[in-house]
Amino acid sequence: MNAVTRPLAGIGRATVDSVAGIGYAGMLLLESLYFAAMGWRVGQPLRIRSVFEQMRQIGVDALPIVTLLAMTIGIMLGIQFIAALSEFGAQSQVVVAVAKSVTREFGALITAILVAGRSGSALAARIGSMSVSQEVDALATMGIEPVRYLAAPALLAMLLMLPILTVFADVVAIVGAALYSSPSLNVTPTAYLMQTLALLSPGDIWQGIAKAGVFAVLITLIGVSTGFSVTGGAEGVGRATTRSVVLSICYIIVADMIFSFFLNR
Amino acid sequence: MIESMTSIPAPLIEVHKLEAWYGRRRILHGVDFQVNPGEIRVIMGGSGSGKSTLLRHLLGLHKPRSGTVRLLGVDIGKATEREMLDICKQIGVSFQGGALLTSLSVGDNVALPLREHTKLDENTIRIMSRLKLEVVNLGGFQDLMPSQLSGGMIKRAALARAIVMDPKLLFFDEPSAGLDPVVSAELDELILRLRDALRMTIVVVTHELESAFKIADTITVLDQGNILMTGTVDAVRKSDNERIQDLLNRRPREIQVDADAYLKRLTEEEAV
Repeated sequence: MNAVTRPLAGIGRATVDSVAGIGYAGMLLLESLYFAAMGWRVGQPLRIRSVFEQMRQIGVDALPIVTLLAMTIGIMLGIQFIAALSEFGAQSQVVVAVAKSVTREFGALITAILVAGRSGSALAARIGSMSVSQEVDALATMGIEPVRYLAAPALLAMLLMLPILTVFADVVAIVGAALYSSPSLNVTPTAYLMQTLALLSPGDIWQGIAKAGVFAVLITLIGVSTGFSVTGGAEGVGRATTRSVVLSICYIIVADMIFSFFLNR
Repeated sequence: MIESMTSIPAPLIEVHKLEAWYGRRRILHGVDFQVNPGEIRVIMGGSGSGKSTLLRHLLGLHKPRSGTVRLLGVDIGKATEREMLDICKQIGVSFQGGALLTSLSVGDNVALPLREHTKLDENTIRIMSRLKLEVVNLGGFQDLMPSQLSGGMIKRAALARAIVMDPKLLFFDEPSAGLDPVVSAELDELILRLRDALRMTIVVVTHELESAFKIADTITVLDQGNILMTGTVDAVRKSDNERIQDLLNRRPREIQVDADAYLKRLTEEEAV
């Protein structure tokens, strides 16, 4: 190979790898859904218990940190919108600006990034170290489909918990904004919240929930597929964990932009 | 008539012209062999002989690219999911590093196949898994986590998990790797006991000569992806094959240098 063909070969290899990665993730998605729906027919039933266990890890355990961040984001948005809108004397518009931006954008985005960092990486690390120590092989030879046992519960749990966390984050962020901005707007926090409720349409909330569903699939598939494809021992597990977080966050933000574009035309 | 049929039972494992590749490197060059019910077969060979690859094919973890692997009479290259599951329920595997699930206690690890594949009630499952732990001399250790066990205990716990479904066929990958001589001798005794008490057919992959000679009924010697010979312990010991004698006497093999390939490797040209 010479200096010209080497970079070309590199590009080709990277392209093939990424297409293969997407294909592999798609296959994992289909297999997980298949086992969730039909697994009991082929002797590979999805254990409800492990779904609940994952729901606790992904959802319930994340509540404190989601509360903290959502509250902070709410207050931050309150500060920025009051500062920006008061220049035009349009302070009263703070309520609608916060309500729409939180439900459509920030609630889902912040929650997804947080869950990608917490649970996506945990999935990659757990499955990665299991691949390295032959635990995944052991499952397969015991007649326990690794995808059914490891991926499907996580996918279901993520699909259920991420939208719930998102709605929770919406509420907390708006409460945060209400607590900060109501004195400057000369209203009580209760009045602020009532006004928010009057201004929001179901479509705003649904937009966040729909995004959360897509993010849930992205986080799980990236975590699980990087985990299953780990090679190279402990170092490989570390690399996969980092890779899953970086990839998840990139995909989440890009998907968010595409979503926002099509939903707000 | 019937007697003659039962006296020659069908082999549990039949491998025919199996080839395996990693990328462009051929690991197995058309391997043929079979394992009959009730025997302890040791697959022996040095590092890079292809024995781990062969084992992965026997376990169905790799599908053969060419050739066939029949396990318990079923061609695993063509088996349906259901057939594969039925095979998996009848084989047990003890991996080199144990491969116990680190998130479960020893008892839960051993009980896992029962929980997943049977409808037994919890009490029966608990008793059965403790029974198997007793068989491998780990009675009372069910509540410990795998990280709290020593290397030898992990292997024994893995063995307990492998035999908990009373498999017809047991695979054992490197039973003595990383263990001190006493513990590995104990493990060899355990393997012999299992065959006699539970009438299992056992396939052991190892490079440890001493343990191979102690437990084997028949030995298959693998070298650079080819089977050099399959025979009884005595036949292997007396073999006049140079490579087998190298292996038995721990002699380093003579490395032949292919000048062209050597040059190509140095200049990074693609070897053809």
